[in-house]
Amino acid sequence: MAEAHPVGFQWVMEAKARGATVIHVDPRFTRTSAVADLHVPFRAGADIAFLGGLIHHVLENELDFREYVTTFTNAASLVGEDFLDTEDLAGVFSGYNHETGRYDPISWQMDGAYAAPAAGQRDHWESELREERARFTSDTAGGAGDQAYAPADPERDDTLQHPRCVYQVLKRHYARYTPEAVSQVCGMSVEQFLTVADAITKNSGRERTTAWVYSVGWTHHSVGVQYIRAAAILQTLLGNMGRPGGGILALRGHASIQGSTDVPTLYDLLPGYIPMPNAHLHSDLQSFLDADAAKTGFWGHMDAYLISLLKAWWGDAATADNDFAFDYLPRLTGNHGTYGIVRDQIDRKTFGYFVVGENPAIGHANGKMQRLGLANLEWLVVRDMQMIETATFWRDGPEIETGELRTEDIGTEVFYLPCANHTEKSGTFTNTQRLLQWRREAVHPPGDARSELHFYYHLGRKIREKLAGSTDERDRPLLDLTWDYPTFGVHSEPDPESVLAEINGFDADGNHLSSYTQMKADGSTSGGCWIYTGVYRDGVNQADRRKPGSEQDWVASEWGWAWPANRRTLYNRASADADGRPWSERKAYVWWDEEAGRWTGHDIPDFEAGKPPSYRPPEGATHEDALSGTDAFIMQADGKAWLYAPTGLADGPMPTHYEPVESPVANMLHAEQDNPAREDIVRAWNRLNPSMSDTYPYVFLTYRLTEHHTAGGMSRFLPYLAELQPEFFCEVSPALAQERNLEHLGWATLISARTAIEARVVVTERMKPLRIGDNVVHQIGLPYHWGSNGLSRGDPANDLLGVVMDPNVHIQESKVATCDIQPGRRPRGPALLEFVESYRRKAGVEPGGIT
Amino acid sequence: MGARTWLGEWPMFRQATGPDPLGRGAAVQSPRTKALEARTRDADEVVKSVCPYCAVGCGQNIYVRDGRITQVEGDPDSPVSRGRLCPKGSASTSLVTSPTRVTTVRYRRPYGTEWEDLDLDTAVDMIADRVIDARRRGWQDTDDEGRVLRRTLGFSSLGGATLDNEENYLIKKLFMALGAIQVENQARI
Ligand code: SF4
Repeated sequence: MAEAHPVGFQWVMEAKARGATVIHVDPRFTRTSAVADLHVPFRAGADIAFLGGLIHHVLENELDFREYVTTFTNAASLVGEDFLDTEDLAGVFSGYNHETGRYDPISWQMDGAYAAPAAGQRDHWESELREERARFTSDTAGGAGDQAYAPADPERDDTLQHPRCVYQVLKRHYARYTPEAVSQVCGMSVEQFLTVADAITKNSGRERTTAWVYSVGWTHHSVGVQYIRAAAILQTLLGNMGRPGGGILALRGHASIQGSTDVPTLYDLLPGYIPMPNAHLHSDLQSFLDADAAKTGFWGHMDAYLISLLKAWWGDAATADNDFAFDYLPRLTGNHGTYGIVRDQIDRKTFGYFVVGENPAIGHANGKMQRLGLANLEWLVVRDMQMIETATFWRDGPEIETGELRTEDIGTEVFYLPCANHTEKSGTFTNTQRLLQWRREAVHPPGDARSELHFYYHLGRKIREKLAGSTDERDRPLLDLTWDYPTFGVHSEPDPESVLAEINGFDADGNHLSSYTQMKADGSTSGGCWIYTGVYRDGVNQADRRKPGSEQDWVASEWGWAWPANRRTLYNRASADADGRPWSERKAYVWWDEEAGRWTGHDIPDFEAGKPPSYRPPEGATHEDALSGTDAFIMQADGKAWLYAPTGLADGPMPTHYEPVESPVANMLHAEQDNPAREDIVRAWNRLNPSMSDTYPYVFLTYRLTEHHTAGGMSRFLPYLAELQPEFFCEVSPALAQERNLEHLGWATLISARTAIEARVVVTERMKPLRIGDNVVHQIGLPYHWGSNGLSRGDPANDLLGVVMDPNVHIQESKVATCDIQPGRRPRGPALLEFVESYRRKAGVEPGGIT
Repeated sequence: MGARTWLGEWPMFRQATGPDPLGRGAAVQSPRTKALEARTRDADEVVKSVCPYCAVGCGQNIYVRDGRITQVEGDPDSPVSRGRLCPKGSASTSLVTSPTRVTTVRYRRPYGTEWEDLDLDTAVDMIADRVIDARRRGWQDTDDEGRVLRRTLGFSSLGGATLDNEENYLIKKLFMALGAIQVENQARI
């Protein structure tokens, strides 16, 4: 955190100054470790073993915050009799199909109830379509509420003793994650593990809370979603969710990466985490809502959220008679994630590509795959500020050097359009804590540079002009689209506040909505992203509120605007006990004011303001009325935090340790080596290193430096930053340096089944060899910022990586893989290909290639 | 010039006798450094902004003079950052005034070996034509079993997590209306 989110880290240091213990669990010793109370080095890719060990420790010693657990979680619910655990089935759960490599989750359900998840695979439980669905790739992963078919109450045992209750199921699942096992798998000592276990359990409960902070070190794995699930289970058991100083904090890496998921430029989502419709399941609006909208909890209003969105997009053309133009939405049939798109580019199944403020030739796993995709396009639009490698692959990419591609043979037509920077346009970023902050335009963009708002608005305008008068049915959505934003200035810049106001939404009289609770399913309201409704309340740009922090309390709720409803901590009803009293004075945050008959506190309650703790839903209640006064997790169909997830996940209801797909060691916890449900792309340009291979014996991990930003487009071109970190390097331990004759500040070549790259060697005690079972595992650290352009140049670390993916979110495993390392520079030209091929031959890997 | 004044201009004397014994401030000022003014002093305007790098979202003050950015500083008002910026945020001035920034359209024709010039309007017009063409060729009305798809796989979009919400919104809205489902972002990466 001190490295990649330095200014955010000031709050950790502030907490430390007030007595907090800071523990850093990371394969590398970094600037964070340097100021932490404890640094625990461990093996990349072993996090579920570690977190599972902590869960085991909590359950085995009954250290959970019992009152919180029985009030707010599904610990007491009984799992159905058909469920079989990894303990019963040698490392896989029931429902695994060995032929397809996929799970059918029907056996994971709770006793007597179909529950559906608030995120992830939303359609699992659509019974009449289940069979059909099983034949197709799931493609609504990542969506929010699959709260369909909310249950009749599942069977419960509030004593938590029933062998099938979640608490006991969890306990059995993690029984083998003992401190000794964790030590073996992770390479930390039993004492180190117990020190951490002790610190977090002692620091949780009524009086204290513990926070977990992670970044892509958790998401970039073939089991990435289950990493986060494991943390969620632990934090829920310890009573650390929805409370001040608690939570699981995802530190996101870009100015508005949170915004990019909220208002998603992602294939599987509509704004506000509404899933994209699926051709196999959703023939019309009703079947979509039946499958995806919950009956209970706030996802019960998905109809109002979706219809308001359709009204925002298609205005008067969206009527009750035409399902509010639901049919205008294109349908998914499978995975259209970025790696599948690039595969299709290489296969010439897709022809054009817009790359906007992104440098995939350097910044994405398996750079060769990315560049081959670019080279097989008909046209490419790159919008950036500097001449990044994605724009110049055709003249100076690594494949030109090796002779795999020739400039004269590359048919890609490239449009490089300069873009405006953050000071040359107004608009909102959503930061990592869901805070929307408005930036004001300071100067005009120079020359041909324009904002994305300008480019896409005018591109859409031109396309609509060219198709005007078309009677083709497929052009209706385009011609009926609401696409007339007021513009200003010499370049006819669209007014960004008018777009923000559309996102916020309007009522039937054209007034700005102030809350998503005002949205209606009858077509009388509009709003482009329901979770952002309120950001333009009263016609005021709430994201531009700038009351100085020094004039506010510690919640600072008058700076910017946080979604939803300006709540700063989600699910904060859980900061009070069943009766609505703060768990302790020290940790008071939101509580029930009996006299006023309202929830109140330091933050805006994430709960219906007037629903008393004593509320119990009447028979047959729906939506939020079906949740009781203690159901704090209001987006869940049952209002509970799920320790066990009966649905929503593609790879199991509970996190299980699987080795990274490329690992130097065998899985010591389960018979299954790696995630049995992972996604692969088996192609010559994406060969994988076999695990436990002498040819690729070392682990490497990629990371960022404070002084550079992702693929370098905003840092390698700037003199200060290029000077601060001038060269690509690899970090190795003195022991590995000795083993491979690597010289400090000399050159090293790193080799995988994809390619070989060279880097300066930094020999440092910060990297520690680890004992894993009977093996010594060496880890190599690689910052991934470099490429061939800019002031500071070097080989891209991402070229070393292959692509294997988490099955839930189709994110690649780029935080751990294997390689060899040798002293000296890499071969140049065609000799590089032969060099890499010789390694593949030695390892028994099939030949590489570009098709 | 009296001896006192002369002595008073001697840094060593000031350091030894003044309130700056470590010689880090007033004691070591020369007439030239004394006359220097921060670029932030003579700005016409200070515009409120947010750092474009990581997701902490530190506040920035943009100092503008004569329509040009002269300096970017941390915004002390921000409860997120309290005026601080890290090395990246502090380098924002060089980001927005970079001499290597490309400010004109560059065009590489198929099989071309060099960049060429192209007028911006022409470029956007050409792109619009290519979108319409790729959309048509990648169009799918239904799948093999007759289920409605109403989409195109002819082109796709990637990026970028430094785009504004308003910009992402227009991208998604336009692509959905075009039937183009292949919209992706750094958020997947
Ligand atoms: S100044 Fe540094 S920590 Fe703050 S938002 Fe910018 S990059 Fe992130």
